[in-house]
Amino acid sequence: MLNQLSEKGRMKGSAKRGVITATAVLAAIAAIAVYIGVYLVQAPASAVATQGPSGVQLHLATVAAAETTDPHPTWVSYYSTDANDQNWRHATTYVLPAHTLVHVTVYEFDSQTGLRNPFLSQPQGATSGSYQVDGKSLTSTDPSVASHIFAVPQIGLSIPLPGISSSAKNPCSNAPCPLSTAHVTITFTFRTPGKGLYRWQCFVPCGAGFIDGNGGPMQTVGYMDGFLHVV
Amino acid sequence: MLSDARGPRSGDNGPRHWRNVVVLWTIASLIMVPIVVWVIGPGLPPGNGTVEASGQVTDNTVLLAIATPVALAVLVYLAYAVWAFRERTPEVFVDGPAIQGNSSVQFWWLVATTVIVLFLAGYGSVRMLADGAGGGQGPSPIATPAASEGKPVIVQVIAQQWQFTYRWPQYGGVETSAIDLPTNSLVKFEVTSLDVIHSFWAYELGVKADANPGIDNIAYVTTKGPLAFHVRCAELCGVWHGYMFNQGRVVPKAQFTSWITSQRQADAATTKVLDPFSKTYYPQPLRRGG
Repeated sequence: MLNQLSEKGRMKGSAKRGVITATAVLAAIAAIAVYIGVYLVQAPASAVATQGPSGVQLHLATVAAAETTDPHPTWVSYYSTDANDQNWRHATTYVLPAHTLVHVTVYEFDSQTGLRNPFLSQPQGATSGSYQVDGKSLTSTDPSVASHIFAVPQIGLSIPLPGISSSAKNPCSNAPCPLSTAHVTITFTFRTPGKGLYRWQCFVPCGAGFIDGNGGPMQTVGYMDGFLHVV
Repeated sequence: MLSDARGPRSGDNGPRHWRNVVVLWTIASLIMVPIVVWVIGPGLPPGNGTVEASGQVTDNTVLLAIATPVALAVLVYLAYAVWAFRERTPEVFVDGPAIQGNSSVQFWWLVATTVIVLFLAGYGSVRMLADGAGGGQGPSPIATPAASEGKPVIVQVIAQQWQFTYRWPQYGGVETSAIDLPTNSLVKFEVTSLDVIHSFWAYELGVKADANPGIDNIAYVTTKGPLAFHVRCAELCGVWHGYMFNQGRVVPKAQFTSWITSQRQADAATTKVLDPFSKTYYPQPLRRGG
């Protein structure tokens, strides 16, 4: 009798352990599934270009440091904005129509870094072969004054962006930066290719604090990298 | 081993298993090796776009021809064992006798594999030392072309996160984002990097050379006829590594001359601001990066 009771007790304990183990395994699987699901549905924000009379307008801004509330408030970054420097969005995926002229305006609030490869000081891929810096048409930039580059290698577009002088008055520290702070305005036009996803990147080693300046924001979509989503 | 692994119904047929396996393996090898050499071999990568690429096709054919009998030995042995030692009376499940060692088989297996590996090591070394086989040889290459091959066209490959550009010291030091090469010419690639380690892999040319910052890695190739080739980075180098590619062409000499002349004219302004041609450039500038 005692043996039977003991046997029943062991079985109860065994069943209990089984239930606990199964519950723990299921909970772990559910947690992993939720984690993967959240990861898969998360995507960097995107900005849609505004339609103009002869193509679309894309307004961008580069800053020395992202917003103070950003997960990486010390990282250099691109933003999208509008013609009035309003509605700043931390987006580096730009939705553009296919086979269309895109008139890009970049408000450059960051300082000069210099190109690692001076070859990139020449603009490439702009429809006119030139670009405008503060209204002045240029065909090349002094490699030492470049702050960033907007390059889409797949379509041969590469535009060097001169930075503000290190002695500039009233520089902007963190995004969003009002146009009243020191900045350089760069404009250029390019034609989008067919539909597809085209990556863009900066070629200036501007990731301060990282080895060779190519870590952190240079390696992270949403800061100095992104996509042209041509639709 | 086979002679000891008699199944419950194998009876006195055991000693004949070896003969059967050897005969089957010999027949399979006599069929497959010629197929490998004359049918599959010519289609092996990377093709016959350059002298070095053709050499790699030959080497791959030799390797595959040697590997074929080895693979067949395993497959024939396996298939024969599955067939010969299958359980013929599944309703009576009886385990076979314990497997015992066979020192003779072990000895000859070691001899055969040692001979094969040593031969391949010797063959590979001889082939590498003959012409470099299109690989990067570092700043002081051992396998250099004979003087009779003439002066090479020098192309400096500059890798950076994440694109390749090409500099032409014999043409005013112009730098280009595209690459054209002349047909039937000796080409000397001098590969370097401006940041991290990349690898210049011109697949159809049969060229692969690591791009190390601060290092001039030299590779030679001799082009043949016109060819379109792909360039890819073959070293995981960061977030856009998968996008670090472009295409090149081997074109007739006159077309190449015309192309490089037009590049010199188009990039004249940029060439003026380039650093003087150097074997390496790393690590300028580092104003921002640490």
